[in-house]
Amino acid sequence: MSLLATNDLSAFYGDFQALFEINVSVAQGETVAIIGANGAGKTTFLRAVAGALPTKPDMVTFDGRPIGRLTPHEVVRLGIAMVPEGRRLFPSLSVEENLLLGGHSERKGPWNLARVYELFPRLRDLRHLPAPALSGGQQQMAAIGRALMANPRLLLCDELSLGLAPVIIRDIYQCLGAITAEGTTVVLVEQDINRALDASARFYCFQEGRLALSAPTKNFDRSAITAAYFGL
Amino acid sequence: MQERIERATKASRAFALVAAPALLALVALPWWGDAGWMRLIAEMAYYLALAQLWNLLAGYAGLVSVGQQAYVGLGGYALFYLTGAQNMNVYLALLIAGPFAGLIAIPVSFAVFRLRGAYFAVGTWVMSEVFALSASLIAVLGAGSGLSLTPAILRQISPDRGSREAILYLMSLATSVVVCAIVYLLLRSRHGLALTAIRDSEPASASLGVNTFRTKFIIYVATAACTGLIGALIFLQKLRISPEAGFSINDWTVVVIFMVVIGGIGTIEGPFIGMLVYIILRELLADYGTYYLILMGMIAIVVMLKAPSGIWGWVVQRYDLQLFPVGRRLVLGPPQTSER
Amino acid sequence: MEWLNILIQGSLLGGIYALFAIGLSMSFGIMRLVNIAHGDFIVLSAYVALVVTQGTGLDPISSLVIVVPVMFVVGYAIQRGLLNHTLSGGLLPPLLVTFGISVIIQNGLLQGFGAYTQRLHEGAIETASVQIPGGISIGVYPLVVFAVAVFAIASLQLLFYRTGLGRAFRAVSDDADTAELMGIDNRKLYALALGIAMIFTAIAGVLFAIRTIFDPAAGPIRLILAFEAVIIGGLGNMWGTLIGGVVLGVAQAVGAALSPTWQILAGHIAFLVILIARPSGLFPRTKDL
Repeated sequence: MSLLATNDLSAFYGDFQALFEINVSVAQGETVAIIGANGAGKTTFLRAVAGALPTKPDMVTFDGRPIGRLTPHEVVRLGIAMVPEGRRLFPSLSVEENLLLGGHSERKGPWNLARVYELFPRLRDLRHLPAPALSGGQQQMAAIGRALMANPRLLLCDELSLGLAPVIIRDIYQCLGAITAEGTTVVLVEQDINRALDASARFYCFQEGRLALSAPTKNFDRSAITAAYFGL
Repeated sequence: MQERIERATKASRAFALVAAPALLALVALPWWGDAGWMRLIAEMAYYLALAQLWNLLAGYAGLVSVGQQAYVGLGGYALFYLTGAQNMNVYLALLIAGPFAGLIAIPVSFAVFRLRGAYFAVGTWVMSEVFALSASLIAVLGAGSGLSLTPAILRQISPDRGSREAILYLMSLATSVVVCAIVYLLLRSRHGLALTAIRDSEPASASLGVNTFRTKFIIYVATAACTGLIGALIFLQKLRISPEAGFSINDWTVVVIFMVVIGGIGTIEGPFIGMLVYIILRELLADYGTYYLILMGMIAIVVMLKAPSGIWGWVVQRYDLQLFPVGRRLVLGPPQTSER
Repeated sequence: MEWLNILIQGSLLGGIYALFAIGLSMSFGIMRLVNIAHGDFIVLSAYVALVVTQGTGLDPISSLVIVVPVMFVVGYAIQRGLLNHTLSGGLLPPLLVTFGISVIIQNGLLQGFGAYTQRLHEGAIETASVQIPGGISIGVYPLVVFAVAVFAIASLQLLFYRTGLGRAFRAVSDDADTAELMGIDNRKLYALALGIAMIFTAIAGVLFAIRTIFDPAAGPIRLILAFEAVIIGGLGNMWGTLIGGVVLGVAQAVGAALSPTWQILAGHIAFLVILIARPSGLFPRTKDL
């Protein structure tokens, strides 16, 4: 049974329909990538799963349970955590305070402050600095750490590579490997197609709010992806 | 294929047919009604004008002012001072009172425009308090006790009481109609379109070339001037003014805001309805002290939470009705022959 | 040493103004909500204390034991039941709803207690004074109020910077959207924030009512004084609010020295001058206004 499943998920911003009957499923322990151009609805999808966008109750199920109506904080308590697009660290809080904030829901699990510092040693040195003082890559690590502090069963990562240099991106994706080794299920939204496909077992391609393609990543024909990506 | 921009709606044409004779009846009131009715209608008229002005300011320009009572008082005091200490003719003083208030609004705007949103609101309130306090300290304005109109000044309007009341009544009615007409025409014009754009999104409209600061400034000053004129008329009929009465937030702002909110903010029809609701509630609950204010407060809260566009907004959503159309509709195809 | 006297009296006056301002500051800092009824809640606290002191025979300061929890519950309930529903509608709903609440409180108090002025009586401390070198006598009561203000702000700073709850408050203040995505129940947090703000509002209400006569219409001027203290001091900075209160108090003391009727007006003028010259206040920490 899948850990996360969406059933004909449609979502609206007021009158504007952003998602059209999306069907996605993610099994426990999998890493699934969602790719697509700007405006394809990838972030909208994550926000709908996280409860930030209202949907009908059974449009999103987690562990078989309908969560479409829940508020974001209730969703966190169930075990879904988000690394938001653009990091969104809290500027008035220090790095460590940001991490501690991630643990607000007090879920039990393998992740705690010490383990996050183990995964991202650089953060320990910077922990008392205000979050905005960090570089982009460090902020991304802090944002991931903050999400981990909620001991999620499912981690939603929105555009990890945004605005970062390739070598930093590589480091971050390596850490992601350590996270999934713990058994955490990951849904990865990425504009960098190669990164996304390298890191995932299956992928979905969104195009203008609709599912254009879904397949296992292994040996998949890149030209077919390009066609789906651009709606050709 | 021919295209036209159509302004009127079926409902607005029907409304105009009903409103015209009603207005004529009101104009003729001095001949068929008594002084009590004239006072009530005059009160409704100037409350309506104040509500339209506040609606223009807050509902369209996005300037939620809780300090418009400042200009009511300034207009009133200008009238009393000019006719009293300066011995000016009352009609001339009336003509000056409005622009005077508008002039004062200019430096006031320098201070309050530095604030935004709810802070702007409280800032305007502070300004009103400053004027009230100042008035209470200035001897020539009667200090704490205020000023009264002498019989000589009243005789300038008319030597006998009956015709004086009629004239004052007609002036209130005329001012109210003119203010409503100005607001309506403004909102129909391209300036009105600019205002709606600013209200909907200031950054967006600024990026399209709308000079948001200048537009808001002009609206603020113009509204102040009109409010000042109305204030002068109000106190001309009350015969005396004091700092507490002239700058009373309860009399001139609280009820006005309630009217606009309950009737429907951001619409021209809304203030009409809100004013009627207020007058009806007040008359019905007259024997119960200030309970009608408590009730209005509760209604305003419920409206804001459940139906933020007020009674009229709800009507518009349900029935797509517009009695005072300000929009433009693009009509495609050959023109209808019945159009006149 | 007339000027020193003015400075000291004015500064101590700043204590009560800072206490007025705390609740307003918290509301705006955490919920981005300017509570137009804030002054009326201060007055409401005074009336609650009046009822408690008359009913139990307790003195006003002891009555805080009852008044504070009552006002905490009032704040929590109003935020949870009413104000939480206004937060997503833009500028107008919170402003107009709190405006409505203000009118309801004022007229409710008027209907319930009449328009007569009231005062709370604490006894000898109201008129006690100490002498300091220079021949100046300082009222003990204003000194106590100032000390309470300092203590209040210090404890709030402790709450904000040393506790998990404070951390959550700061996070929500920064970015309410992301805070929710991190597992924070915003609605409950806002209710708690107003509840805590009401604790300080209750203290301010009782302390001010011991020194000053009040009536149902006394709310608006308190709101304005609180507002002026916050703006002068700068948004987002509690210690700045204390200084703002002191500046306001000193300005008023100067005005009062020229003529007693000039006191409040002098405060308004100082506020306007600072507003025009330095719109973000003296020590702003946040930029948005």
